[in-house]
Amino acid sequence: MTPAELARTRSVLICCGSGGVGKTTVAAAFALEAARMGRRACVVTIDPAKRLADALGLGSLSNTPTQVELAVPVPTGSGPDDATSAPAGPGGAGGAANEHRQGELWALMLDTKTTFDELVRRYAASDQQAEGILDNRLYRNLSQALSGTQEYMAMEKLYELHTDTRFDLVVVDTPPTRNALDFLDAPRRLTRFLDNRIFRLLIMPTRAYLKAVSLATQAFLRTVSKVVGAEVVDDAVAFFQAFEGMEAGFRDRAARVETLLSDPGTAFVVVASARKDTVIEAAYFIDRLSTSGFETANLVVNRLHPRFGEPGTAARLRAEGRDDDLVTNLAQLEAVGEREEGHFAELAAAVAPAPVTRIPFLADDVHDLGGLEKVATYLFAD
Amino acid sequence: MEPAAFLGASRVLIVAGKGGVGKTTVSAAVARLASSVGMRTLVVEIEGKSGLSPLFGRSGSLSYSEVELLAASDAEGGVSARTLTPDDALLDYLIDHGLKRVSKRLASSGALDVVATAVPGLRDILVLGKVKSLEKGADADLIVVDAPAAGHAVTFLTSAKGLLDAFRVGPVRTQAAEVAELLSDPARCQVMLVTLPEETPVNEMIETAFKIEDRVGVSLAPVVVNSIYPVLEGLVEGDAGAGGGGRAAEGGGGLAVGAGGLAEAGRFRHARQELQAAQMARLAEALPLPQLHLPYLFSTDLGRVEVDQLAAALAAGIEALPDHQGARP
Repeated sequence: MTPAELARTRSVLICCGSGGVGKTTVAAAFALEAARMGRRACVVTIDPAKRLADALGLGSLSNTPTQVELAVPVPTGSGPDDATSAPAGPGGAGGAANEHRQGELWALMLDTKTTFDELVRRYAASDQQAEGILDNRLYRNLSQALSGTQEYMAMEKLYELHTDTRFDLVVVDTPPTRNALDFLDAPRRLTRFLDNRIFRLLIMPTRAYLKAVSLATQAFLRTVSKVVGAEVVDDAVAFFQAFEGMEAGFRDRAARVETLLSDPGTAFVVVASARKDTVIEAAYFIDRLSTSGFETANLVVNRLHPRFGEPGTAARLRAEGRDDDLVTNLAQLEAVGEREEGHFAELAAAVAPAPVTRIPFLADDVHDLGGLEKVATYLFAD
Repeated sequence: MEPAAFLGASRVLIVAGKGGVGKTTVSAAVARLASSVGMRTLVVEIEGKSGLSPLFGRSGSLSYSEVELLAASDAEGGVSARTLTPDDALLDYLIDHGLKRVSKRLASSGALDVVATAVPGLRDILVLGKVKSLEKGADADLIVVDAPAAGHAVTFLTSAKGLLDAFRVGPVRTQAAEVAELLSDPARCQVMLVTLPEETPVNEMIETAFKIEDRVGVSLAPVVVNSIYPVLEGLVEGDAGAGGGGRAAEGGGGLAVGAGGLAEAGRFRHARQELQAAQMARLAEALPLPQLHLPYLFSTDLGRVEVDQLAAALAAGIEALPDHQGARP
């Protein structure tokens, strides 16, 4: 499916890829394009570069969507030649043809801790239980220290915004972890943590038949205490006591998040650059998504070097006896182009029959709406 | 400065930077150079990535036990590598503390996750603690640590201080104290930050540098700027001056342009050269550390030969440094 079709028809887009390939930019460009199509789109960013965050009005972590003021939407169908940014002005006039509603662009920077706090408040039986958990030291570490928590909270936020009637499309950027697909396992990982048997045994009401188990467990935990310190174990026990009764709510929520991921309205976009290492990672993502039952709807290859002139021009010029910096440069850029073409072909084969979209190496980093529009002109060229 | 003196300044060198800037490549080039001056070099890979072996012309991925990437000889100290993931480090720690018997149960019951979560930074501290014990051993002259990606690098390096604040007594505190000692001793450990000559990575490097220097008190080695286009002079004729260069290259630099790409290619390169130079100047102004420059390699994917080239570029950069390195206020 082309990026334009995705932006027009889907309700959830998940952008994944390894660090440094431009995921955030691509995610934001998707939301921008959907807004220009007249949809109400919200992009969830994880860790945007500061200037891009500023451009999106995300000066600080807010964890609630902020509307981004759009320039007058430019008519669709502008090709890569039309790379100048649209004139600034309040939204309202103009707009894409055949759209009844003015599109909206919203953005949010994920705050893992706050998202988790909200989840705790939602499932706590009482305010008292919620406060007990929020005050617990282990809980306070959870959002930072349990790997996969950030990923899960990204998915949780996605679910929350998806059910928010203000938005037609939610685009989510995934955390730049080593395993950028941790979010697929994250809900299960958290519920497994909350279901921890040893600590749960400790807090069970004392029944005769459990006593023996419990004694063995206590001995075990005493050993653990010796190594990491008793306060750590006390914190853990207190945490599981405080959490008592909320596991079911969390499990249920996690299951609904997982269901959303496999919803037909959800699509996965893999973002890569044409470098050997990121190609290997991207191929892995595509494979991993597919074994988890998800299809990659589009592969975006970012930062491709532009091609100049007919291939082989540099060699021809050299054969004619010309050998200056211009020829050297052309030869070098041709070599890069060819190499990237090879990687591109590999990626295209890995993701087939899904289409591949190219974005060239722009002369500057993307850090404002103008830059996003430039990316969008390539992304949505078809 | 002599590369041998530079690389011998501390036994541990932590290579850190934002994702995608080439930390693993730089780690490989440093290791390659160290070996060539006769140092036995060990590369420690924290995130379990496997991109290192191909850079030495080897296949296969790394494992918890050391593998040889470059054989020692009369001329070479040799390079070996291993992974050291937090989970490995935690199990090692338990075994070292006489908990071998229960370590399996800890892992399988998930209690390990609970404990590691209850102690923030525990995983990081155990990894660094393991690096410290490698440092104490006499098996390597230089230990190159390929650190986690930037945001996490700050957490990684500040974990010791956080734990010292949180724990008054106990084995965790002891471990944290030893790690803090290692990190703040320039004769034992330095951090080498890597970036690309682009706006966002440069910003992030500046931020990371100040954070870890302030909070951890680590000694920062010269920074590495990776993937710089080697400067070609005769790319633009007269009119396409500095200001218009960027726009011109972008306008013409679409994915397919007609014949006669020579001039357009020149403008593209020229614009990028200028941008890169501007970013490096900005970096120099914001961060008073010497820069080591590594070239972008046009021809092929990185392999053994290319790592040799990068190691040579690194050596040239180091030789150009003044002799008194690292001792800045």
